[in-house]
Amino acid sequence: MPDVTTAEHAAKAGHGHEHGHEEQSFWRQYIFSVDHKVIGIQYAITGLLFLLFGFGLMMLMRWQIAYPGAPIPLIGGLLGDERAPGGIMLPEFYNQLGAMHGTIMVFLGVVPLAVGGFGNFVLPLQIGAPDMAFPKLNMASYWSFFLGGVVMFASFFVPGGAANSGWTSYAPLSVFATTGQTLWLVGMIFLITSSLLGSVNFIVTTIQLRAPGLSFMRLPFFVWAQLVTAFLLLLAFPPLEAAGVLQLMDRVAGTSFFLPSGLVYADAPWEASGGGSVLLWQHLFWFLAHPEVYVLILPAMGIVAEILANNTRKPVWGYRVLVYSVVFLGFMSFVVWAPHMFLTGMGTTMSSFFQTTTMIISIPSVVILSALFITLYGGSIRFTVPMLFALAFLPMFGIGGLTGLPLGLSAPDIHLHDTYYVIGHFHYVVAPGTLMALFGGIYYWFPKATGRKMSDLLGRIHFWGSFVAINVVFMPMLYQGTAGMNRRMYDGGEQYQMNADVLWLNEVISIGAWVLAFFQLFFIYNFFNSIKRGEKVGANPWQATTIEWQAPSPPPHGNFAAPPVAYRGPYEYSVPGAPNDFVMQGDPDSAAQPAKV
Amino acid sequence: MDIPYIVEERADTGLNNVKLGIWLFLASEASYVLLRLMAVEWPLGVDVLNVPLGAVNTAVLIGSSVTMVMAYASLKMDSLDRYKWWMSWTIGLALLFMVIKGFEYNHEFDIGNFPWTSTYLAIYFTMTGLHALHIIGGVIVNSYFLGPGAKMWETNKAQFTNRVEAAGLYWHFVDLVWIFLFPVLYLL
Ligand code: HEM
Ligand SMILES: [Cu+2]
Repeated sequence: MPDVTTAEHAAKAGHGHEHGHEEQSFWRQYIFSVDHKVIGIQYAITGLLFLLFGFGLMMLMRWQIAYPGAPIPLIGGLLGDERAPGGIMLPEFYNQLGAMHGTIMVFLGVVPLAVGGFGNFVLPLQIGAPDMAFPKLNMASYWSFFLGGVVMFASFFVPGGAANSGWTSYAPLSVFATTGQTLWLVGMIFLITSSLLGSVNFIVTTIQLRAPGLSFMRLPFFVWAQLVTAFLLLLAFPPLEAAGVLQLMDRVAGTSFFLPSGLVYADAPWEASGGGSVLLWQHLFWFLAHPEVYVLILPAMGIVAEILANNTRKPVWGYRVLVYSVVFLGFMSFVVWAPHMFLTGMGTTMSSFFQTTTMIISIPSVVILSALFITLYGGSIRFTVPMLFALAFLPMFGIGGLTGLPLGLSAPDIHLHDTYYVIGHFHYVVAPGTLMALFGGIYYWFPKATGRKMSDLLGRIHFWGSFVAINVVFMPMLYQGTAGMNRRMYDGGEQYQMNADVLWLNEVISIGAWVLAFFQLFFIYNFFNSIKRGEKVGANPWQATTIEWQAPSPPPHGNFAAPPVAYRGPYEYSVPGAPNDFVMQGDPDSAAQPAKV
Repeated sequence: MDIPYIVEERADTGLNNVKLGIWLFLASEASYVLLRLMAVEWPLGVDVLNVPLGAVNTAVLIGSSVTMVMAYASLKMDSLDRYKWWMSWTIGLALLFMVIKGFEYNHEFDIGNFPWTSTYLAIYFTMTGLHALHIIGGVIVNSYFLGPGAKMWETNKAQFTNRVEAAGLYWHFVDLVWIFLFPVLYLL
């Protein structure tokens, strides 16, 4: 830029930013806000609502699995004749519920909460930035996500109901499916656009808006986790968007991208030019969906690292190791999609290649998990509510990871493929794993967002109830799966005859799921009640070190009164010789007291 | 606090926010194109398409890239009037491109070539269709910078110039995609 620029800018300083600090209308402030904190909270609440909705769908399915053919109590009559005549669920409706549970949990629940919610709210604060680099883009990203959610939700009400070809939408089944599938594709295009805009924003913000002194090796691990996640979203999602467009063309313009020649449907030859490839969809889908697994897990790891350091009162063990591992993991995750397709006849060379990459990618995950475990060693642990959730994450994610190894090897996968073992495995990663971490994060940053703490007692009840119940749900699934029980089954038909001795567990699992729902009531009440009536706290209630705790709680528009500066690494706990057991990143000299508000 | 590095570059990264943002965006779009190409088998030797029309369109689009550069250069030389002149040309040429494209589609329909006729035509319609959507997006953005968006020139020249530069990068990218589509679809 030539000299005009700087002169111009100096002259106009304070003019260019139209997000002035004058009074804003209610709409501007809370609905169409461009403030990263408001957008983060919007994302988080929308994501939580969708998690609840997706969980509700699952509770309906669990009724059918536990008591096949019995009328659904209470709400069975409300579902309507095309879904559940006489309250008895139809197989078609079961398929819709299954496909939409998966879609909603992944794309409308966990990702918006973990990335949109936590990323938006915490990341700019943690790097000492006034906002995201592109506030309006940020708002556009939220509303695009919201529209995607509305389209997905609306798809339940079109003829034939919502998408019913599984959350993976494999062709050709999905190409022949009812209208709901078209809406699924349209919804996905909105969601992908949203995450594309969001990821550009996250990357630019992290690279450009770090406070002075906050070098990359001083970034909190949470920021690293979000940065790698953003790159995964940036590069993995567009191919799925392309695939979605191609499938949309197949459905509405009669093309044959995913339809081979000579297809017979409903006893008649299918009228289409043919010549397409069915496997192409699977490749495109898993090219996204495998990195997606890390999108579901990395933010959770970031949250856990912050909470562990804060509550063990010592630095996370092996900060550099963690950073290198997470970056390596990001790269590797692009070359491991194919284990999902071992049973498609890809040939032994290909399957050994992907088998190897899958084993390699498990190394950084193991390293990260071990480093977090080692962090506990010798710490003076405070068992706060966030800490309980973070501690639970470690073994739960461990189980999820270890049970995944047999699936990454092509030989055992042939036996376990498509059984409840797979369901148990990945839920251990995303539900008892990620969800626990996300809850921990909510309890941890709630005081920053609202200026009040959530109730400790209710938090403990929520934790212990959920922790026990969620294991009652998923542990038996692993066992059912090794016994050969297939997933995605309305009532199992003849097949389940062979699994007669594990079927009794279905009822146990279902009751576990309802109990799990019951304990969420404590969270919901606690969440809303604490916004108004929680115990008031200052800027740094947890005595934490990172920069977000320097801002007032809740932070005003623009976040910091004076631009923060980072003088040291993120986790200076129990520094020998310091007056407190922690030194904040932004304190110029280590003798300084933490900021008071 | 205000958001820094909107216009000026950050010393240690050597970038401003907008430039980094648009490059990331283009990188993600590029990975799209790459995958689309890796994935699909290419039918060869096509005499279905109208090569002369395609060639004219290629020229039109390259022309619009040139006028876009001129528009940006005019801002650098501090002349809003000349910027408006060149920007109008850019938009005009883009619209001309779309009109020619319309004739082409029409011609294909007339001779019974539809997306469902063959996989080759499916690819042709899908890819040129998506490309056209990108053109429309560009026209909308450029029109905004020609009309209401140009008000920023009075308040903040540097930031406005910057925005036009980013729009230009996007525009060249869309052009580039065409320059790549043309031989692949029409000539091979
Ligand atoms: C915590 C409460 C949850 C329960 C009780 C639960 C239960 C289940 C069950 C029983 C199935 C298998 C249905 C069948 O095979 O017919 C299933 C499928 C699925 N769940 Fe969950 N789930 C929960 C949370 C989640 C979360 C948080 C995610 C994602 C982040 C998720 C993603 C999925 C997906 C993608 C499938 C489809 C699997 C397939 O392709 O067959 N679930 N869930
Ligand atoms: Cu995978």
